[in-house]
Amino acid sequence: MSDLNKSTLLEIINLIKLKKISSLEITNHFIKNIEKSKNLNCFITTCFEKTIKSAKDFDAKKDFSGLLSGVPLAVKDLFCTKNTKTTAGSKILSNFIPTYESTVTDNLWSEGAILLGKLNCDEFAMGSSNETSFFGNTINPVGKNLVPGGSSGGSASALAANLTPATIGTDTGGSIRQPASFTGTVGLKPTYGLCSRWGIVAFASSLDQAGPMTKNVEDCALLLEAMSGYDEKDSTSINKKKENYSKNLNPKINGLKIGIPKEYRVENMPKEIDGLWKKGIDILKNSGAKIIDISLPHTKYALPTYYIVAPAEASSNLARYDGIKFGYRSIKGKNLIEMYENTRGEGFGDEVKRRVLIGTYVLSSGYYDAYYLKAQKVRRLIKNDFDKCFKGVDAILTPSTPSSAFKIGEKSNDPISMYLNDIFTVPVNLAGIPAISIPAGHDSKGYPLGLQLISKALDEQKILNLAFAMEKSIDFKQSFNRWWE
Amino acid sequence: MDKEKFDYYIKTEKNNWEVVIGLEVHAQVISASKLFSGSSTKFGAKPNTQVSLVDSAFPGMLPVVNQYCIEQAIKTGLGLNAKINLLSIFDRKNYFYADLPAGYQISQYKNPIVGEGEVTLDMPYGSKKVRIERLHLEQDAGKSIHDMSPDNTFVDLNRSGVALMEIVSKPDLRSPSEVNTYVKKLRTIMRYLGTCDGNMQEGSLRADVNVSVRKKGEKKFGTRCEIKNVNSIKFMEMAIDTEAKRQVELLESGKNIEQETRLFDTKKNETRSMRSKEEAHDYRYFPDPDLLPLEIEHSYIEKLKKNLPELPDQKKKRFIKKFKLTPYEANVLVSEADTSKYFEEVIKDADIKLAKNWIIVELFAVLNKKNLDIKDSPVSPKNLSSLINAISSGEISGKIAKKVFEMMVESGDEPSKIIKEKGLKQQSDPKELEKIVLKVLESNSDKVSQYKSGKEKLYGFFIGEIMKASSGKANPKLVNDILKEKLKNDQKS
Repeated sequence: MSDLNKSTLLEIINLIKLKKISSLEITNHFIKNIEKSKNLNCFITTCFEKTIKSAKDFDAKKDFSGLLSGVPLAVKDLFCTKNTKTTAGSKILSNFIPTYESTVTDNLWSEGAILLGKLNCDEFAMGSSNETSFFGNTINPVGKNLVPGGSSGGSASALAANLTPATIGTDTGGSIRQPASFTGTVGLKPTYGLCSRWGIVAFASSLDQAGPMTKNVEDCALLLEAMSGYDEKDSTSINKKKENYSKNLNPKINGLKIGIPKEYRVENMPKEIDGLWKKGIDILKNSGAKIIDISLPHTKYALPTYYIVAPAEASSNLARYDGIKFGYRSIKGKNLIEMYENTRGEGFGDEVKRRVLIGTYVLSSGYYDAYYLKAQKVRRLIKNDFDKCFKGVDAILTPSTPSSAFKIGEKSNDPISMYLNDIFTVPVNLAGIPAISIPAGHDSKGYPLGLQLISKALDEQKILNLAFAMEKSIDFKQSFNRWWE
Repeated sequence: MDKEKFDYYIKTEKNNWEVVIGLEVHAQVISASKLFSGSSTKFGAKPNTQVSLVDSAFPGMLPVVNQYCIEQAIKTGLGLNAKINLLSIFDRKNYFYADLPAGYQISQYKNPIVGEGEVTLDMPYGSKKVRIERLHLEQDAGKSIHDMSPDNTFVDLNRSGVALMEIVSKPDLRSPSEVNTYVKKLRTIMRYLGTCDGNMQEGSLRADVNVSVRKKGEKKFGTRCEIKNVNSIKFMEMAIDTEAKRQVELLESGKNIEQETRLFDTKKNETRSMRSKEEAHDYRYFPDPDLLPLEIEHSYIEKLKKNLPELPDQKKKRFIKKFKLTPYEANVLVSEADTSKYFEEVIKDADIKLAKNWIIVELFAVLNKKNLDIKDSPVSPKNLSSLINAISSGEISGKIAKKVFEMMVESGDEPSKIIKEKGLKQQSDPKELEKIVLKVLESNSDKVSQYKSGKEKLYGFFIGEIMKASSGKANPKLVNDILKEKLKNDQKS
C-alpha cells in the first residue's frame, strides 16, 4: 500500500471507482498516516469513528455519482462542520460545535467525500506561519524546524505529508498560495464570490475566499469544481453556471499572452526565486505563449492597504466573540464590560488582538477618512491596474512568495517582516481575482518554491490550463522522506 | 384662526422661550420575516423562539436582505413625498451589548434608502409642513431583561434582526401638540400603506426626541438634548415639556446646556442624563462587506407608486370636495383607513350628513367605550346605512333611532328586525295622532289655559306628554303641526 502515498486525488477516486480499493481501506490508510504524524501537529480535531462509519456506509451503497465518491478529506478548521468541533485555531472557539455545515464542505460531502478531520491554521486565519494557532504551530514536512506558511498551514502540511489526498483552505491575503508554495503543493484562490462564504468563520469578509489545495493541477481543477457554486445564502456569491474545470483542462497554451509585472521584482529577493521566475517564463515561451512586460504601478501600496482593510473588517467580524452566546467565557469579571474584557483578553491570541486594535483604530471617527476610506480608494486603483493589464494579457506570472519556508520563531516577533511574506499574494485578494500557486522548484536549501499565475475574474480555467502546461515541464518532486513517522 | 393663541412658549418672568423639536421615529416594518433572516417577527412569542443562526450571529453566518422590507421602505418613502435613492448602502454600526449578538447593528448611515420628504400636519391654526430629512432601514436589537433576577440579566433575541424604519425629521416641530399630531400623522400614513402597524404598546413605534430651547425671536438653535426611546405619544409630550423647562431653568440661571443623551423617567416625570457627548459611542460605521450596495430600478419605484393606495391627505381633499365635509370631519374620518372605508360603505345608499354624524358621534362613542376597532364594530356599515334610511324615510324618529342603535350594538341585528319586533315604527297617521293630541290637551285643560294666557313655555310640556302617550313613536313633525293647529283653534274658539 506504500504506493498510496504517491497517489493523487484523481488516482484514488479511480481506484475506488474501479473497486481496486474500498473507501474504508483508503480511509484507514490515511488514518494510519495521521496517527503517525503527531509531530507535525496538522490536526486540531479528528473524528475517526464518524469517518470510518461514513466510509463503511459508502462501501455498502457504492454510489459513484459524485465527483469525490468515497474519498476521505481533511479540511481547514475554519469551515464549520455540523456536530464536529470548529475552532478557527482559537481558544475562544475551542469548545464550539456548530449545528450547521458550511456550504463549501457541504458541497464536498454532496459529491461523496467524507470528513477526515479538521486542520490546524493560524488563529482566525490571521498569520503567515501557522504560529498564531492556539493549538500550537504546525510543522512543515519539508524540514523539522520549518513553518508550513499560513494561515492554511495545517492544510498544506497535511497534504504534503499525505495525511489527506487533497484539502481545502481559505485565502484572505495569500493563506492558500503561500503555504502551498512553502510545501511544494498546488493552491488556488478563486475569484471572490465563486465559493460561498456561508459557514466559514469570517476573517475579512470582502477578501475571504475558500479554495482547493492539491498535489497537482488536475486535482485542483476537480476539487474547485466540487466546492464552488452559487449560494443564495451568501449575498456576495456569483450567480453563474457551474464550470467543468477538470473536463476542460487543456495544456495547449500557445498564443496566450502572459504579463510579467516589473513591480514584482522586489529588493532583496533571493536569486533563486528570480531564477525560477525566469525558468517559468522560458517554459511558457517554449509552450507557445507570448511574454509581455507589464506594469501594475500601485503594487507597492497593496500591503499597507491590505493591513487597513483586513483588520478593519476583522475588528467588526470578531465582535461576536463576546462570551455571551457560544464559545469561551471567562469566569472572571464583576459586570458585563469586565466579562467582555476578560473573555476576549483570555480568548484571543496576540496577533488577533493586534489586528482588532488596528482595525478599531482605522475605523474610529476622525481616522476613518485618512485610513479606511483612503485604503478603499487605493484598493480600487489596484483593481484598476489589473483590469487595465488584462486588456492586453491573458494571465500574469509572478513568484508566489518572496522567500521559501522560514524557521519556526524566525519572524514571530517581527510582525512587519511576517506581513511582507504576503507581498505577491495580497494584491490578488484586493482585486478579487483568481490566482494559482504551483511548485516550481527548490532553493539551494532544498526548500520548495512556487510560481503564481493570475487571471481576470472568473478566468480560472485559463490559469488552470497554464498551470497544467507548466507542471508537465517543471516535473516537481518532493525531496523529503517521511522523517516524522 | 389666530395662531398666536396656540403658540407654545415656556414663559418665565424674563422671557418667552421657544421649544425646537426634531424626532427620530423608529417604526417596525410590517413583514412576516426579519430584515436579514427568515425568522418570524410575530409579537408575543416565547423568548428566544424566533431566532435563527443569523440573528444570533453564529460564526460564518451571513445576512441576506429581505426584499419585501425594501419594498415597504420605498412605499413609506413615497407616502412621505420623499426622494427614493436608487443606490443605498448598509453599514455596520459597531458597539458591544449583550442583546446585540454580532457586536454591530446593520443600519444605513451615509446612504439611506429614502432622502428628503415632507409631511403636512393639520393644526387648529392651519396646516403646517414638517420636513423629513431621511428614512433608513436598520435591524432592531434584542431585549435585555434586568428585572427577572437580582444577579442575572436575561436576553431575548426574538426582536433581534427585525426590520425598523428610522424616520428622521428636521427640527421643525415647535410644541408637544405638534409632535402629537406629527407622530399620529406618520402612523396614519404608514397604516394606510400597510408598512407599519403603529402599535405603540407592542413597541412597533418609538421615538428619540431631540429638544432645544431658544428665546422667542432668536434665529440660532440652542444646544439640543436627545431623549432616547420614548414609547408613547403622551410620554413624548410630557418629556418635551419637562426637558424644555429643565433647559430654560438652566439657561436662566446662567448655566449652559450640555449636548447629551437623556432618558425619560415616566414615573417621576423627569429626564436624566444617560451619557454625555464625551461618552458618546464611536460606532465606527463602515459599509457592511457581507452585503452589496442596494440598487433600485427606477421602473420598480414607478410600479410601487402606481399601486399606492389613496393616502390620507388625498382622501381628505376628496371627502371635503365630494361630500361637503368640514376639514375637521374629514380629518376624523380619514385618520384611519378603516374608518374612511366604513364611512364610504355607509354612504353608498344613505344620507351623507346623517351618516357622518352618526359615525363621528354615536358609533365612535360606542367603539371608545367598548375599546373596539372600527373593523370589529358590532354595527356593520350596511346596518348603519339601513338605520339612517329608516330615519330619512320617517319610519322612525331620531330619538327612537338611538334606541334602535343601542339594540343593534348589543345584538348586531338589522334595524328593520328590531323596529318590527319591538314595534318601534313611528306613528305617522294624522288621525291617530290627532286623537292623542286631543286626549293630552283634554286631560291638561288647566295647562292649556295657562298656555293661552301667555305661558308659552308649556308647549314643550305638551310635546313631552304626547310623546309619552305614544311611547315615543309619534312622528315629531306631524305632532308639531297638529299641536300648533289645535292650540291655535282653541285660542280662536
